[in-house]
Amino acid sequence: MTSLFRDVSTMTVRGLRLVSRDVDAVITAVLLPVVILLMFVLVFGGALDVGTDYINYVTPGVILLAAGFGAANTALAVEHDMSSGMVERLRSMPVTAWTVLSGHVAASLVKNLVTTAIVFGVSILMGFRPDATALEWLAVVGMILLFVGWITWLAALVGVLVRSPDAAGGFSFVVMFLPYVSSAFVPVDTLPSWMRGFAEHQPVTPVIETVRGLLAGDVVPAADPGGAAALAVVWCLVLGVTFAVAAGLAFRARR
Amino acid sequence: MGAIVTAEGLRKSFAKRGATSPPVLDGLDLELEEGSVLALLGPNGAGKTTTVRILATLLRPDAGRATVAGLDVVRDARRVREIISLTGQQVAVDARQTGAENLTMMGHLAHLPRRVVPDRVAELLTAFDLGDAASRRVDTYSGGMRRRLDLAAGLLTRPRIMFLDEPTTGLDPRSRQALWDVVRDVVEQGTSVFLTTQYLEEADRLARRVALVDGGRVVAEGTPAQLKSQVGEAGVELTLPSPSDAARLAPALDAATVDGARVRVPTDGSVAHVRSVLSTVEAVGVTPEHWEMRTPTLDDVFLTLTGHVGQTRTARTAEVAA
Repeated sequence: MTSLFRDVSTMTVRGLRLVSRDVDAVITAVLLPVVILLMFVLVFGGALDVGTDYINYVTPGVILLAAGFGAANTALAVEHDMSSGMVERLRSMPVTAWTVLSGHVAASLVKNLVTTAIVFGVSILMGFRPDATALEWLAVVGMILLFVGWITWLAALVGVLVRSPDAAGGFSFVVMFLPYVSSAFVPVDTLPSWMRGFAEHQPVTPVIETVRGLLAGDVVPAADPGGAAALAVVWCLVLGVTFAVAAGLAFRARR
Repeated sequence: MGAIVTAEGLRKSFAKRGATSPPVLDGLDLELEEGSVLALLGPNGAGKTTTVRILATLLRPDAGRATVAGLDVVRDARRVREIISLTGQQVAVDARQTGAENLTMMGHLAHLPRRVVPDRVAELLTAFDLGDAASRRVDTYSGGMRRRLDLAAGLLTRPRIMFLDEPTTGLDPRSRQALWDVVRDVVEQGTSVFLTTQYLEEADRLARRVALVDGGRVVAEGTPAQLKSQVGEAGVELTLPSPSDAARLAPALDAATVDGARVRVPTDGSVAHVRSVLSTVEAVGVTPEHWEMRTPTLDDVFLTLTGHVGQTRTARTAEVAA
């Protein structure tokens, strides 16, 4: 057990070094969410009527979208490990598959916390006025980490399965799609009915509703916020565990 | 000392269902004696890397059995990993970490006692002539430096068995020499080394025993000297000005063979015999343009046993193994 802890912390330190020293990726991770935030608020925001200041509505969505981008980098990092000699060496050592991947996932969590803080900062400068207690902020951070967790484990699984960096990069398109077809940017009831069914029942929507509800109770729709939170947590845990197990198995099975 | 690595009848095929491609390993047997170096020598595609990957627990054989220090590489994979190290064909270090960071990471992952890690890392960086570059990122290193760091990473734990898969491919002669020195040191300290190489010189210099592999099987195995003696004896080779001179000289020498203007005489290599051959040449009154002692090289062995280098399969096993 102690060796497991040591392995995971060793791999996390590595993951953080690799992430923080990749200058291009750092710039992208910081700039992209900020640009998206500016674009949604300044370009689309004026035309969108969501019943409140658009910046209050959209900030949680931008944060989850940024998490998707961040996860795409994890897919690339894992793919690089798999196609370079690193994985051969690690697999010839007494280190479990899960440990190797968890370093990347932990690094992704830390990186996304930083990105999230920056997005919140810019958003507050632009007029976002959250109304959350310290405990609610803690819950917001926890919810975002749970979301980043499952999406990063999915990215790790993709990184193990694909055979080229291009394919790993393609992952970002899939995860970008999810927040768009949710209540992240526009209320679900404005979507065409066939899309609404998907939007209402996919994992991003309850996460968005929960984060939004925690930050400012007044924009939560009539739907029961407690129910959304429970649903969001269950979604994230089930998906996270599923993808973590699948990634570990795929890692071991890949020859 | 007994065998520390054994393989019996290893078979492995990567053929997709329905496709018929020859197996990569086709009943490979070998043994590495504890405390020595075994070189697996063969062309690309002979099955060297596949063999290493099976022995280092990365790949399961389709059939056959392999043990490392008495442990089955499939059933006891985890325990095998505690006592081996693998340095693969591709350098396995992170470009965005420094040399010292890379080694420290590997030291922790190898579960060295925490207190030991910094000293061991410093020791290896010095030993591999990387002390000055220790705090530089690996992406500033030359290819030779990366390879040395990679080898150092494999030695952190003082493994009982070290697997080196074509460790000098792509290295300049100086780095290659340095690597050979390292391997000799490691063996002196008691580690057994399993090496694959395409370079005959490397096998000849480093290995106590050489296994020639071709088409997924060991086609010959022995000390470099034994293998060389299988292709023929040493000989004195004289190049004369013309074929007629060669024809005049040959009958005066025991068992000489003529090839154009060249005469070849088998020899046991002793001074007395070589002197008598040269005296005969003088006595006959011909003046060679050039003469040399020819001893068979592993190159000769390889070509004799496998046909062309790079050819996948030959059926000459029987003649040689006898």
